[in-house]
Amino acid sequence: MSSQLLELYVFVLAAFTGYMVISRVPALLHTPLMAATNAIAGISLVGSLIAAGAAQNRVATILGFVAVVAATSNIVGGFIIVDRMLKMFKREDKKK
Amino acid sequence: MRDTFIQGSYLAASVLFILGLRMLTRPDKARRGMQLAAVGMLCAIVGTLLNHTIVDYRWIVGGIVLGVIIGYPMGTRVPMTAMPQRIALSLTLSALAATLVGVAEYYTRMANGTPPDRVTMTALGFEIMLGCITVAGTIVAAGKLQEWLPSKPLTYKGQNLLNGLVFLFIVVLLVTVISNPTKQWAFYTMIGASLLFGVMLVLPIGGADMPVVVALLNSYSGLASCATGFAIGNVILIISGSLDGSSGFILSVLMSKAMNRSFTNVLFGAFGSEVKAGPKSSAGMTVHSIGVEDAAIQLAYAQLVIIIPGYGMAVAQAQHAVRELAEVIEKRGGEVKFAVHPVAGRMPGHMNVLLAEANVPYDRLYEMDEINGEFDRADVALVIGANDVVNPAARNDKSSPIYGMPILNADHAKSVIVLKRGMSAGFAGIENELFYDKKTSMLFGDAKASLTGLLAEIKNV
Repeated sequence: MSSQLLELYVFVLAAFTGYMVISRVPALLHTPLMAATNAIAGISLVGSLIAAGAAQNRVATILGFVAVVAATSNIVGGFIIVDRMLKMFKREDKKK
Repeated sequence: MRDTFIQGSYLAASVLFILGLRMLTRPDKARRGMQLAAVGMLCAIVGTLLNHTIVDYRWIVGGIVLGVIIGYPMGTRVPMTAMPQRIALSLTLSALAATLVGVAEYYTRMANGTPPDRVTMTALGFEIMLGCITVAGTIVAAGKLQEWLPSKPLTYKGQNLLNGLVFLFIVVLLVTVISNPTKQWAFYTMIGASLLFGVMLVLPIGGADMPVVVALLNSYSGLASCATGFAIGNVILIISGSLDGSSGFILSVLMSKAMNRSFTNVLFGAFGSEVKAGPKSSAGMTVHSIGVEDAAIQLAYAQLVIIIPGYGMAVAQAQHAVRELAEVIEKRGGEVKFAVHPVAGRMPGHMNVLLAEANVPYDRLYEMDEINGEFDRADVALVIGANDVVNPAARNDKSSPIYGMPILNADHAKSVIVLKRGMSAGFAGIENELFYDKKTSMLFGDAKASLTGLLAEIKNV
């Protein structure tokens, strides 16, 4: 089986898993969910690191560098903000 | 050996991401879950840094340092009320990163004289198209949410036709560059056209439809990451991208359903753009305006008060005053519940986050289906800056543009108090007959000021 076909397998199964897991997140937590998946989408840092560090040509290095900045700030800011948000959700009995 | 380690780190990251999202289904476990996801991210980054194609770490270190300097205040300083535009902006960043990686990959391959094959080019093409649409679209969306751009829909004659033509142009370019990957002009023109299309797509969309659009762009940015994964042969990008994509997809479907509208209608309908005079005009109907004192008395003696927050509460930053009011009513022996409509506010779950910030325990927040049966025994439904989500026209006026949209049954309560700035129509530009109902009293003014007044008065009752 070609590697591209394998990648297609991974894609379909991951999308399916994502659908099953995420459709069970309650409306209460939909904003943290968006923030969380956005922070996880900062994974494009992985591609950016390779582009910035492979020393292929100057254009790729600079584009990669900008991508690293964008993805890193998204990851750092994203995970901090999700944590801040989730920290706020409290149950009633704590107050008593 | 090194390769096995890298793949292992990606596998660990994928498992941790999925576990983290799984724990997000429960509010008490969610925080722990996201910490797991952050650990997963760290695994993936460390694994990648070991990649043998990376030979020069200077730009990487610089980029990461700069990213942390920018990202840290973006996480710690942004107020909860600015969350919708913050989310839009983080979509911009992730789509930007994915797009730039794609451009760098294409440029490098062309410069090295090894143009991508058609399969890779297909992935690259989709990545660039979706990435650029998301980057431009989310910038416009963030601008509208921050009110740097007018949040009203911007429409003109022939808009849909022009948008359609631009999209067709993009498709032609995409097909051209896939069938012959060496046609660089098509690739670079497609970048420009997709950016333009992103702007044109979001401009005609108004503030209240933002939840759907932001969710939709979220799924585009996920798909763009996926396509990057296919283009550079990286599995972790495919997995994370499809997780992001499915979350955006699920949310946009839920949001459209909650407005009883289809995707195409949200994207091409430009809701509320033409001022539909409203099938029922307000002529001849009168509203019953009420003072703070009278409203305070009603609330003070109510046994069950259901509070319906809307975008007006967010604008006035009144969530803390709302919580104080609820506490005062409870001290007097009344019961207070919060009814949250799925599309209240400007993003999915907007009201929940604001109320949580004000320390309202989450077991007091009820979803539409849970609470709708309880309005019949509520003494007061207190509507704070919400409008279309309580408009009975959605239920009984077939000619209304919002007919069929599920609403909160505020009109079933024994009395209704509406906190509202003025008598302007709601976002959809439709008159709300609830405001003219005999049992409805309107308390005009800024939501926060009115609530502060109510608080002082109730203490005196």
